Order: sequence, then C-alpha cells, then structure tokens
Amino acid sequence: MSATAIETKPSSGHDHAHDEVAHHVKRYLFVFYALIFGTIITVLASYIPFGHHALNIGVALVIACAKGFLVAGYFMHLVSERKMIYGVLAFTAFFFVGLMALTLWAFADYPLHTITH
Amino acid sequence: MDIPYTVQPRQDTGLYNAKVGIWLFLASEVMLFGALFSSYILLRVGAPEGFWPHGWLNVPIGTCNTLVLITSSITTVMAWASLKMNNFSKFKFYHAITLLCALTFVCIKSYEYHDKFVHYEIAMNDGRTFDGHMVENKLKAEGTTFTGYAMLSGHFVTDREELFDTVKHKPKHEETKIQGAEIRKLDNYGPWHNTYTAIYFTLTGLHALHVIGGALAIGFLWGPGSKMWKTDPERFTNRIEISGLFWHFVDLVWIFLFPVLYLL
Repeated sequence: MSATAIETKPSSGHDHAHDEVAHHVKRYLFVFYALIFGTIITVLASYIPFGHHALNIGVALVIACAKGFLVAGYFMHLVSERKMIYGVLAFTAFFFVGLMALTLWAFADYPLHTITH
Repeated sequence: MDIPYTVQPRQDTGLYNAKVGIWLFLASEVMLFGALFSSYILLRVGAPEGFWPHGWLNVPIGTCNTLVLITSSITTVMAWASLKMNNFSKFKFYHAITLLCALTFVCIKSYEYHDKFVHYEIAMNDGRTFDGHMVENKLKAEGTTFTGYAMLSGHFVTDREELFDTVKHKPKHEETKIQGAEIRKLDNYGPWHNTYTAIYFTLTGLHALHVIGGALAIGFLWGPGSKMWKTDPERFTNRIEISGLFWHFVDLVWIFLFPVLYLL
C-alpha cells in the first residue's frame, strides 16, 4: 500500500492508518540500511581493478541506479504513485534519454585536425 | 478565499495540487541536472588521454557527506511518517536532525571548496611547475609579474601529467618558499583552473544551492511554519511531504554526483 493510498483512503479508522504507516516505517529503515550498504560497496568497488576502466564506471553507475531506485521508489513513494505522476515522469525520461543519446552521438563528431588517441 | 485542493485530491488527477506542482518542478530539475551531466560526459570524453584528473577529491570526506545526506533523507521521511501518526514532537525531533545534516553537508562542502581555493599550481620562469597548498601568501601582483614571496606546502613536478593522477603519483608536502620574481603564472584550483574544476564547481555548487534552499524551506516548516499543525494538520502534513520530495531529489542527485566526481 502506498503513501498516496494512505492519505486518500476513506476513513476506516485512525488505528488502521497508524498501523499502516508504522509498517512503512520498517520499510524506510530497511531502505536506509541498503543505501548505506550501497555507498560502502560503491567506494570499495572503485578500488577494484576490473581490467578496464569502463567496467569500473559501469559498476559504479549500476550501484548508483539501484540506490536511486530505492530513494525514488520508497522515500518518494514512486513504486505506488498515481498515473498522472508516471505520465509526467515518462515525458521526463523520454527527454532525458534523448539528451544522453545526443551526447553519445556527439562522440563521433570530432572537429577537423583533431588528433584522436 | 480558500485555495482549493490543498488537502483533498482533485477528481481528475487523484492528487492534491501541490503534489502535481512539485513533480512538474522535479521533472524540470531532472533536465537541468541532466544537461550538466551531459556536459560532464562531453568534457571527460573529449579530454586528452591522461589529462582528466583522478584523485583530486578526498574520497573519505565525500563518503562522509554521502552518508550525511542519506541520514537526512531517512529523517525527512520519518518526520512525515510521524505526522501521519499524529506525533508532532517526533516530527520536530526528526526534522531537527535533517537540518543538522544539511548544515553538516554545507560545512563539509565549504571545507572542500576552501581546500581547492588554497591549492595552487605555479608555473616558474625556469619551466618547472610547483604544486601545493598556500601556507603564507606575501605575493603582490604588478601587472604580469610578482613581487614578495609565498610559502607553500607541496612539491616541484617534473612531468605535468603527474598532476592529473594523484592516486598514481602521490604528491609530496614539503614547505617551500617561492619568490615572486621566479613566478611566471600562478593559478589556484578554482572553477577557472581547467574543465574538470569548472564542471566540478558547477555541479556541486548548483547542488549545494539546492541543499541550502531545501534546508531553508524545511527550516521554515520546522519553525514558524509549524503553527499550521494546530489549525490545519492535514495541509501541514502535505507541506512536509512536498518539502520531503524535494529533499529526496537533492539526495538522489548526490547519489550520482558522488561516484562520478569522486571515484571514477
């Protein structure tokens, strides 16, 4: 049950809503511990030579994405939000991916007389 | 006149208005930071081999700041949950910790910035380069030349490439007196130093402004704004949720900034 559901739910008793929030609190604490663990793993992984630097970057970004999902999904209640919010974020994701795609395409766009390695 | 839909959700969106508003704002923020991350990628990939700094930032300090922000995120959500459970004193307690964390974050960031502003790279007239932290600055600039002297804690660099990878080439810290007459060019590690410091200060500076802005909003709701709890508790709880969403976003941005700037 989402936080949004808590606030919009027809009143079925104060105690019930209280219990529901109390249940969520346990989840928040779990997310908190997971974020701390994720931070430690990120730092440790950066010192491990995976063979190619691109792999280190990949590992760090995967961990960052997992941490980002936990914050957005649970602290910001995105795992159970209203459709309208998902709609707004779908547009954002579309343009964000487009922005990054433009960045990647720009790699091939070397200026004239540039020495590449 | 009462503002509509501050508590009750609208029929069409299923949400109270402020929540729609904050998510639209956060969507624009994603694009703002996205553009800067994109600039970072372009600058980094465009840098010549061996000339993108590695090890310039203090990882333990950055890790500490990450943990501080994560802690502030849990206290923010706990403050909101406390209001949902009608526990106002717990809300006060949790958000006091949030504010302390925000202050700690800004203090640590200021310390890091200060470290960069007192760190100098000096090009000498004889072609050598000195790199180190300013201990005593008695230099006077007269046009393009210098008089006086400077005491710095650092070392002479034989190959300038050494400066870019301080993990591989551990810098020495020896107190050295440099005469102004020997200096050809002097430059600290501010945003103007190179593209790395430029994007570092832009990204972290913008993020720090968000931290300060968020802390001011939370501080208001924790202090004078909390009177609303007595008159309209549901609306006040929603305000806390909205400020919390902004705060979590600030945390989210840092989760990506930390590995990108400090570790990779």
